[in-house]
Amino acid sequence: MTTIDLGLPGLAGVPTTTEAQKAKDFKTDQEVRWCPGCGDYAVLAAVQSFLPELGLKRENIVFISGIGCSSRFPYYMNTYGMHSIHGRAPAIATGLATSREDLSVWVVTGDGDALSIGGNHLIHTLRRNVNLKILLFNNRIYGLTKGQYSPTSEEGKVTKSTPMGSLDHPFNPVSLALGADATFVGRALDSDRKQLTEVLRAAAEHRGSALVEIYQNCPIFNDGAFDVLKDSEAKDERIIPLVHGQPIRFGSEGQHGVVRDPKTGSLRIAEVAEVGLDALVVHDATIEDPSYAFALSRLGSHDLDHTPVGVFRSVRRATYDDLARAQVNEAKQKPANLGSLLRGKDTWTVLAD
Amino acid sequence: MSIDVGRGTRPVEVRKVDRVVIRFAGDSGDGMQLTGDRFTSEAAAFGNDLATLPNFPAEIRAPQGTLPGVSSFQLHFADYDILTPGDRPDVLVAMNPAALKANIADLPPGGTLIVNTDEFTKRNLTKVGYQANPLEDESLSAYHVHQVAMATITRAALEPTGLSKKDAERAKNMFALGLLSWMYNRETEGTERFLREKFAKLPEIAEANILAFRTGWNYGETTESFAVTYEVAPAKLSPGTYRQITGNTALAYGVVAAGQCAKLPVFLGTYPITPASDILHELAKHKNFGVTTFQAEDEIAGIGAALGASFGGALGVTSTSGPGIALKSETIGLAVMTEMPLLVLDVQRGGPSTGLPTKTEQADLLQAMFGRNGEAPVPIVAPRSPADCFDAALEATRIALTYRTPVLLLSDGYIANGSEPWLIPDLDTLPDLSVEFATEPNATDGSGEFWPYLRDPETLARPWAVPGTPGLEHRIGGLEKADRTGNISYDPDNHDRMVRVRQAKIDGITVDDVEVDDPSGRARVLVLGWGSSFGPIGAACRRVRRLGMDIAHAHLRHLNPFPKNLGEVLARYDRVVVPEMNMGQLAMLIRAKYLVDAVSYTKVAGLPFKAEELQDVLVDFVKGLDA
Repeated sequence: MTTIDLGLPGLAGVPTTTEAQKAKDFKTDQEVRWCPGCGDYAVLAAVQSFLPELGLKRENIVFISGIGCSSRFPYYMNTYGMHSIHGRAPAIATGLATSREDLSVWVVTGDGDALSIGGNHLIHTLRRNVNLKILLFNNRIYGLTKGQYSPTSEEGKVTKSTPMGSLDHPFNPVSLALGADATFVGRALDSDRKQLTEVLRAAAEHRGSALVEIYQNCPIFNDGAFDVLKDSEAKDERIIPLVHGQPIRFGSEGQHGVVRDPKTGSLRIAEVAEVGLDALVVHDATIEDPSYAFALSRLGSHDLDHTPVGVFRSVRRATYDDLARAQVNEAKQKPANLGSLLRGKDTWTVLAD
Repeated sequence: MSIDVGRGTRPVEVRKVDRVVIRFAGDSGDGMQLTGDRFTSEAAAFGNDLATLPNFPAEIRAPQGTLPGVSSFQLHFADYDILTPGDRPDVLVAMNPAALKANIADLPPGGTLIVNTDEFTKRNLTKVGYQANPLEDESLSAYHVHQVAMATITRAALEPTGLSKKDAERAKNMFALGLLSWMYNRETEGTERFLREKFAKLPEIAEANILAFRTGWNYGETTESFAVTYEVAPAKLSPGTYRQITGNTALAYGVVAAGQCAKLPVFLGTYPITPASDILHELAKHKNFGVTTFQAEDEIAGIGAALGASFGGALGVTSTSGPGIALKSETIGLAVMTEMPLLVLDVQRGGPSTGLPTKTEQADLLQAMFGRNGEAPVPIVAPRSPADCFDAALEATRIALTYRTPVLLLSDGYIANGSEPWLIPDLDTLPDLSVEFATEPNATDGSGEFWPYLRDPETLARPWAVPGTPGLEHRIGGLEKADRTGNISYDPDNHDRMVRVRQAKIDGITVDDVEVDDPSGRARVLVLGWGSSFGPIGAACRRVRRLGMDIAHAHLRHLNPFPKNLGEVLARYDRVVVPEMNMGQLAMLIRAKYLVDAVSYTKVAGLPFKAEELQDVLVDFVKGLDA
């Protein structure tokens, strides 16, 4: 369980209902048109089954997406929604969240949408800390345009647009978000409903921008990209669960752990048998200094040899939208007299003859 | 030197004139815009009609004393209603050799030239290519030249204040203002009050500037070389209370008023860009009216956030100039597809690309009209003068809210920075722009569903159902919508129908008929303009009529859709002339839509038309028909 009570609940101001809600209340009559086996189905199901526990009025929830396979998401959510244009969902959601504090606003985006065409909006939304929950479906490929490499594809990836292998160095979305001073950053796997739900819940309860990277399988253009994290034998050696307040350890017997490297001050992986339990780093997502969470995000490499999942960072910082509304409310202490605004200071009067 | 401001210590001839054009020109750091602005306020407070033309470089501080660094401010004030800032100055104030060189060609022979001699050093003269000092040869003999050592006198007068020489010299623009205020018998209290408020936190600077201002006044009063002062009586404008206002301020006030008239919060999402930034600056001051201003990370985020706010039930507004419109195009298309109200304010500047950021142009018309992928019609409204920006903002909002559509408002650098008297409207006369959000399911098939694309039969507008309304949860987006239900549809017939419906909605917008100014009723030539050329075209038409010829003037506020009577108006005249600060964009639209053999007259110089130049062109057309 990764919930951290920050005293700034992300959903304050959003009206709740006492009526019992079910997952199917959040389903629309629209046929879901993702490819068979797409990881998006699992995420959609997780979101639909998790939302009822928030107890929010359905009409006060809004999903906004950009362009890409995952961005069809709003059509399948029986809430308010907007399927917008490529990369711009965080900007549109910023305007909505700032002007309406009574809404729970979610952005659904992908690795191309969020990190390539929309990279600018993503980093600025995170630094402003607008009260938005951003679900970044990372399948490390362009699906809707049929299989070009994305900004999270591995170097050398052979795709239609890179027959000799891609030359781009990929982003680590968690590192990028932390570099943009995101107040909440988490990572989850599409296939692990329980862990995904925990991260989603923590994101929802966070007041401010929450970026959740979701590793999501594209069965058509990048099938099996995350299989090493799903294989029952291999996954324990690779997935590092981050549990707030617990020592960071993993492996089938918990034989591996994360320790601080006294030489570099950074984090590294060690054998518990060698370093002892007391040497393990106890995970604290609330550490202000982002370098700790950043170090966690660098534990693994792009080939998923070690992959921390869970909540990397969850810290308190005033949100842009709260501050913007506070300024307007403060200004409203001053009377809004349109007549005197239009007259200004210097007027003159022309009399009728 | 006495600092008493008084009149009558020396007999001075007072000449009554009906109009004067003054141009203040100096280095971009000399404070010429402020000086011009203050003189404008004095003229306004006196009750003159006026029009102004600030003209400054894009560089904040271009190299000192160079031609590119020259900044000027032209003011035309009169005892009757005027339409333009004037073609040529009657009085040129030149603060340095660069200002003289850049502006002297515009001063007609017999004009008054007031020169700050302190800057006429060999080095400064050489910098702008003067071989000899023009103050010492015969090259300025056609003008009434007043040589005044403004910096030296200001410095001497300010010596008791203890200010450094450099700081004291900086007040020389106030000396110039004082001198001109004396020449034109202006009130001084307003400027003194202004300076005290502007420098409220630096009272010693305020007093130094006031001292420099009074010194300039007294210099005129006591110096023999100034033998004449001028009096321009108040103008006989329509009765009412007036203020002076620039186009950008009027536009910002229009947006505030639109929010009040619509009873909606205003959300401005924008990114700084010349010459539109002042709209953001102004609106940021008026949060007490429920105005939120968001300075986004880029142009795209600015309009995106505005559209997001519209989705939430606010009046979404974005402000920019031409290059910003290019970046916002895709989101404007999204607003067309999602059919949401959105105000897009474009303060046009010289293009293409970065072009001439501080200069004016009307070359974004076709971008506004067609600058999107697909069939994406957008209504276009253009203000004709600085004060008219207020009404234009209300009109653009009316269209946006009534028809649920983005609306493009095309201002430009000339009216954005220019100013004129504004008859302050009675609040009771402002339009009721209130809207009704959808509250109930509306499906006509008894299903109890909400259909977001079921249209109002009259306006073809779709319902505005904002998040938070129970039972109306719906999804919108950029994909083609099925008629009525708003679900995604790739059906060929549906797409064809939706394209036509979106067009019909814009075509069906109710706009006022265009009025024709044809005093004699005998004109055979019609001049058709739009936007900021109203003043120069109107002034040119007056001149043509004074020559005994007939000419008609019609000026378009609505560029899309055109007024319903436009075709009939165009057909009434033997010749239609369309002057534009572009390569003939309105003329192209008119020719295409009405099959009228309109003649385009174009100039793309970054400056408004001169009335004289248009007069010559129009006279040729009138005579050509008569011949």
